[in-house]
Amino acid sequence: MRHTISILVENKFGVLARISGLFSGRGYNIESLSVAPTLDATSSRMTIVTRGDDAIVEQITKQLNKLIDVIKVIDFTSEDYIEREIVMVKVNAEPTNRAEILRMAEIFRGKVVDVSSKTYTIEVTGAAGKVKAFIEMIKPLGIIELTRSGKIAMSRGRKTLG
Amino acid sequence: MEITGAEIFVKSLLKLKVDLIFGYPGGVVLPLYDALFQSMKPKHILVRHEQGAVHMADGYARSSGKVGVALVTSGPGATNTVTGIATAYMDSIPIVVFTGQVLTALIGNDAFQEADIIGITRPCVKHSFLVRDVNDLARTIAEAFYIASTGKQGPVLVDLPKDVVTNKAKFEFPEKISLRSYKPTTSGHIKQIDKLADAIAASKKPVLYVGGGVISSNASDELRKLARATSTPVTQTLMGLGSMPSSDRLSLGMLGMHGTYRANMAVTNCDLLIALGARFDDRVTGKLDEFAVNAKIAHVDVDPTSISKNIKCDIPVVGDLKDILKKLNASVKTRKVNWKSKSKDWLAQIEEWKLANKLEYKKKKSVIKPQFIVEEIDRITKGDAIYTTEVGQNQMWAAQYLELSKPRTFLTSGGLGTMGYGFPAAIGAQAAFPDKVVIDIAGDGSIQMNIQELGTAVQYRLPVIVVILNNGFLGMVRQWQQLFYERRYAYSCIEFQPDFVKLAESYSALGFRVTKPEDFAPILEKAIKARRTTIIDCQVDREENVYPMVPAGAPINKMLLA
Ligand SMILES: Cc1ncc(C[n+]2csc(CCOP(=O)(O)OP(=O)(O)O)c2C)c(N)n1
Repeated sequence: MRHTISILVENKFGVLARISGLFSGRGYNIESLSVAPTLDATSSRMTIVTRGDDAIVEQITKQLNKLIDVIKVIDFTSEDYIEREIVMVKVNAEPTNRAEILRMAEIFRGKVVDVSSKTYTIEVTGAAGKVKAFIEMIKPLGIIELTRSGKIAMSRGRKTLG
Repeated sequence: MEITGAEIFVKSLLKLKVDLIFGYPGGVVLPLYDALFQSMKPKHILVRHEQGAVHMADGYARSSGKVGVALVTSGPGATNTVTGIATAYMDSIPIVVFTGQVLTALIGNDAFQEADIIGITRPCVKHSFLVRDVNDLARTIAEAFYIASTGKQGPVLVDLPKDVVTNKAKFEFPEKISLRSYKPTTSGHIKQIDKLADAIAASKKPVLYVGGGVISSNASDELRKLARATSTPVTQTLMGLGSMPSSDRLSLGMLGMHGTYRANMAVTNCDLLIALGARFDDRVTGKLDEFAVNAKIAHVDVDPTSISKNIKCDIPVVGDLKDILKKLNASVKTRKVNWKSKSKDWLAQIEEWKLANKLEYKKKKSVIKPQFIVEEIDRITKGDAIYTTEVGQNQMWAAQYLELSKPRTFLTSGGLGTMGYGFPAAIGAQAAFPDKVVIDIAGDGSIQMNIQELGTAVQYRLPVIVVILNNGFLGMVRQWQQLFYERRYAYSCIEFQPDFVKLAESYSALGFRVTKPEDFAPILEKAIKARRTTIIDCQVDREENVYPMVPAGAPINKMLLA
């Protein structure tokens, strides 16, 4: 099963290596990872999407908590939470399909963020399902390049990680 | 007043009451060495190889309970420490390793003797620090010792670039350490403890399964109290030996691959297995789906990651073992149970298993049985010594035939199984306890892995006694080849050996060779009296095997008995 885990860490040299090393060393997989400092510049927040049965994910969260630089870990899967991902897709903009590209962007509330004589680059933000659906829909029109931010996540309501 | 980083280093160690460092100098640590030399404190022991330094710090830590300290230079000095660090990591031993590093401005430039030791050791340290500013040095050293010695203990590496130790700063040493991201759990949850007490009271066939955690948290007394108050038999892992006297009526001996018949049978048939500071290692459990299948599993450990890692746990208790066992003893006391009569049938069954298959070997007059040597060591030292082992058959015979009665007297590389550990660890233990008898029970293969430390032992007048069970083979490898590879002894015969007696003598140590069983005792007695570094080379039966043995992957009640 897929799990979304957020980790609050000390914003210190080498922390990312400790976390990615833990995943690779113990054979856990990382589907996506995003990281950036929080409001308090001494800590960073990471969101990792991983896969595994309950026993494996329990080990992952325990092992993360055991790292000295990890302040807090939340596995969102059993919670009510909001997730977002951003994707940028560069598509072949032939005169014949330009209208269709723009129509797709509109349906998914995307934005055209770059235009050239041969390409459109569209940005779409949303939960994983929406981003995936957008990519599926735009694929037949000819994707030249695609980049995704990886997921970020947050609890609903008053609950916080930090 | 501002002082150099090197002076801060020395002052910090003194604040932390470090009395001894095991180390080896080199270019970038010269400022540290100069400061140590001028202060004359802590005392420094010059080793012969950096791996030796780390094992010595480890032996010092295991025997004394204090943090062991090693200091080495950058590059090759640092990379030579890796096996020692991994050994300490696998057995959760508190050591701090200081490595020199090139100038901060040169890091990443492939500078002379640069190695990314933080990167290389990342998976085998509890934590590590690269100090980049002399103003952080004292605090970082304090944190390193705090992290190494609290919670689940382990090795911490501190990388010190040359400019950090030559730059100057004010010396401010933190009196108390508090880290927002590291709060080791210490006291156990009282509800869980009561639940465990209930389970013990309700069980008919309980077993205490005790690992190294009981020794690290100095909880042997509490364990003995619990076992005796509730009449619960105790089996120990290799790392747990010494926590319960082997001669105790409730002691089952070691369990697992080379465990006793009664221990493995008791664990297989028990209805409650109480793991204390143990981690269900594969050498202990054998085939997992047949391990203690009829038992409820309780697990007390300071490390939440070891709970329910291999075996689903029914009653987890997280925290410091000493604290938890104290509370558990109090909780057990309030139960109205006639413990003696409750345990009668179970202990009788165990006695039956004991009589059915004792630890034994065929005694012979004409050849020296390696087990006999261990029994003789035991008889002569009467448990009043610190024993270390190498890895292989020597280690298993030592574990089986020494009648250990005290914690911190049996030092062995359990988790990593590092050949070459025993001799430097013995030197470290001897440095911590100069007046004790310290004996390394060795194999002829393992001893050659860190034999160079003879120089260290002799130079510092550390009267370690090495007893080599010399079978001319990498014995444990040969045993597996005999049993599972149709006696094809592929490259496990050491066809050339040094003359260990002459080798000892060339280092001004004492050397003896024993070829007849009856000669061993007088020689060991002589060596103990001499108070000098000694090698006793015992020519033992070459193809003796360690039994019982559970083949890898088999359930632990399916033992080869001879
Ligand atoms: C550094 C290292 N290399 C290899 C091994 C694999 N190994 C385990 S036991 C053993 C044989 C040990 O031989 P010896 O020291 O002569 O002891 P014996 O088994 O004969 O008592 C070997 C090679 C190991 N444990 N450690």
